[in-house]
Amino acid sequence: MLIKPISDTVISASRLGLTFETNDGPVHALSDVDLDIAKGEFVSFIGPSGCGKTTFLRVIADLEQPTSGTISVNGMTPEEARRSRAYGYVFQAAALYPWRTIERNVALPLEIMGHSRAERQARVARTLDLVNLTGFEKKYPWQLSGGMQQRASIARALAFDADLLLMDEPFGALDEIVRDHLNEQLLQLWARTSKTICFVTHSIPEAVYLSTKIVVMSPRPGRVTDVIESTLPKERPLDIRETPEFLAIAARVREGLRAGHSYE
Amino acid sequence: MSAIAVPGGAIGRSGIWTRMSQGTAVPVLIVVMAILAVWYLAAVWLNSAWQLQIFARGEGDWTWVDFLAGTMSQDRPLLPAPHQIAVELWNTVIGQHVTSRRSLVYHAWITLSATLLGFVMGTVLGILLAVLIVHNRAMDRSLMPWIIASQTIPILAIAPMVVVVLASIGMTGLVPKALISTYLSFFPVVVGMVKGFRSPDTIQLDLMRTYHASQSQTFWKLRFPSALPYLFTSMKVGVAASLVGAIVGELPTGAAGGLGSRLLAGSYYGQTVQIWSALLMAAALSAMLILAIGVVQRIVLARTGARP
Repeated sequence: MLIKPISDTVISASRLGLTFETNDGPVHALSDVDLDIAKGEFVSFIGPSGCGKTTFLRVIADLEQPTSGTISVNGMTPEEARRSRAYGYVFQAAALYPWRTIERNVALPLEIMGHSRAERQARVARTLDLVNLTGFEKKYPWQLSGGMQQRASIARALAFDADLLLMDEPFGALDEIVRDHLNEQLLQLWARTSKTICFVTHSIPEAVYLSTKIVVMSPRPGRVTDVIESTLPKERPLDIRETPEFLAIAARVREGLRAGHSYE
Repeated sequence: MSAIAVPGGAIGRSGIWTRMSQGTAVPVLIVVMAILAVWYLAAVWLNSAWQLQIFARGEGDWTWVDFLAGTMSQDRPLLPAPHQIAVELWNTVIGQHVTSRRSLVYHAWITLSATLLGFVMGTVLGILLAVLIVHNRAMDRSLMPWIIASQTIPILAIAPMVVVVLASIGMTGLVPKALISTYLSFFPVVVGMVKGFRSPDTIQLDLMRTYHASQSQTFWKLRFPSALPYLFTSMKVGVAASLVGAIVGELPTGAAGGLGSRLLAGSYYGQTVQIWSALLMAAALSAMLILAIGVVQRIVLARTGARP
């Protein structure tokens, strides 16, 4: 694997490809993906189903192995990065353990990583506060709404202070109002913690609202068709979505998505 | 205000019958009464041949009332009437000191101790085998067929051999019976726990991978808690099988005591009332054990956040 010494680059992929062998022949989930993500960026991956955006995230997380090309995470291979607990991963579903209370769910990675009890308590309290779930420590997951469960799962990913946060359509199953609210909170959280966030979505407004960089992808084979650097300010109230600047970026994303589809 | 329906008002008005029919008491009572009625009819029918012989040997006159009463009060009826069994149960459970060999409680305890020992060993063995099977593909392939094959051997055929062979090396009493119980009860636990340990979603396992959790951490923090509901279900099946195993194990030992030896002695001497009361005692034991596991299950699952 190629290892880049540039400390400012968190993720660097070059000519990355991943082919799944299935009974119906090979499926090219990723093909020739070149991408650099710098520290502190908020990068959204957008594209239709099957464009490989989730696969790319899973390659970063060492949950899938690329079949060609190179990728480095924090200057290491994805496996080394995973072993050094370089990232927190938020899945499409909250995946909270139903037999654990919220605080014990958030403490789960801390238990596994061997933090002391006092340390665990302090971190759980801090991260639950970050996602506005203070007061729900003793509740079980089923006692919380879907949005609150997803916030708890974000707290769990934040609890061990990895600098990189990988989020795979975390708000996909939530209704629009809750989603708006969580997007706003996520931006505040990003501003406060200065983490690097990779965020998979298929909502154009969500991608434009959140990101400093939008990666537009297209399916079969999954590849990057456009990378858009956002010109929006870091401070983003919800009504920024009505400004001409926002709409221009959204139009360009839509254009990129349409271009990807015309290959078919 | 009277136009608004009062919640619970309907129950208050239609009284006790509505409330009882909504619970389980009435349906259960009806079924029990139906069984008793069928039982009495069957007792009259099955015992009638013998009763007619008694009358034929006697001095002529008998009425249908004599006949009915006769079929329900024979010493060694083909099928004892329920009240005969009830009297026998009363005499052997309440009427005897528990340390007496005539007490059914004494015999039940002998069987219960073997059942419990075998059940505990079977459950532990079942969990251990399931752990091996889940964590090792070679074990999965090599062990599982043998485990399934083990249950195709008729226990009635193998139990006497186990008892006799173990007796020849000086092992008698509790242990041989417990081993037969173990043999029967480990199976549902293995099958249930393999399913339980494999029940976590891919996403939950992926989560553990992102934390770089070790295999034992994944087991204790994810697989084992996920498998708990499966454990209790298989334990309920296992404990019933365990009791059957202990009783079967007591059949060849004859005089050594236990419900199984009561069954055997009863059949030697044609004491059908004794057989049936031992059977009912075994059924009551089994129900009690399953109930006890159910209580533990409810407590444990409530403590691990199960939805009430």
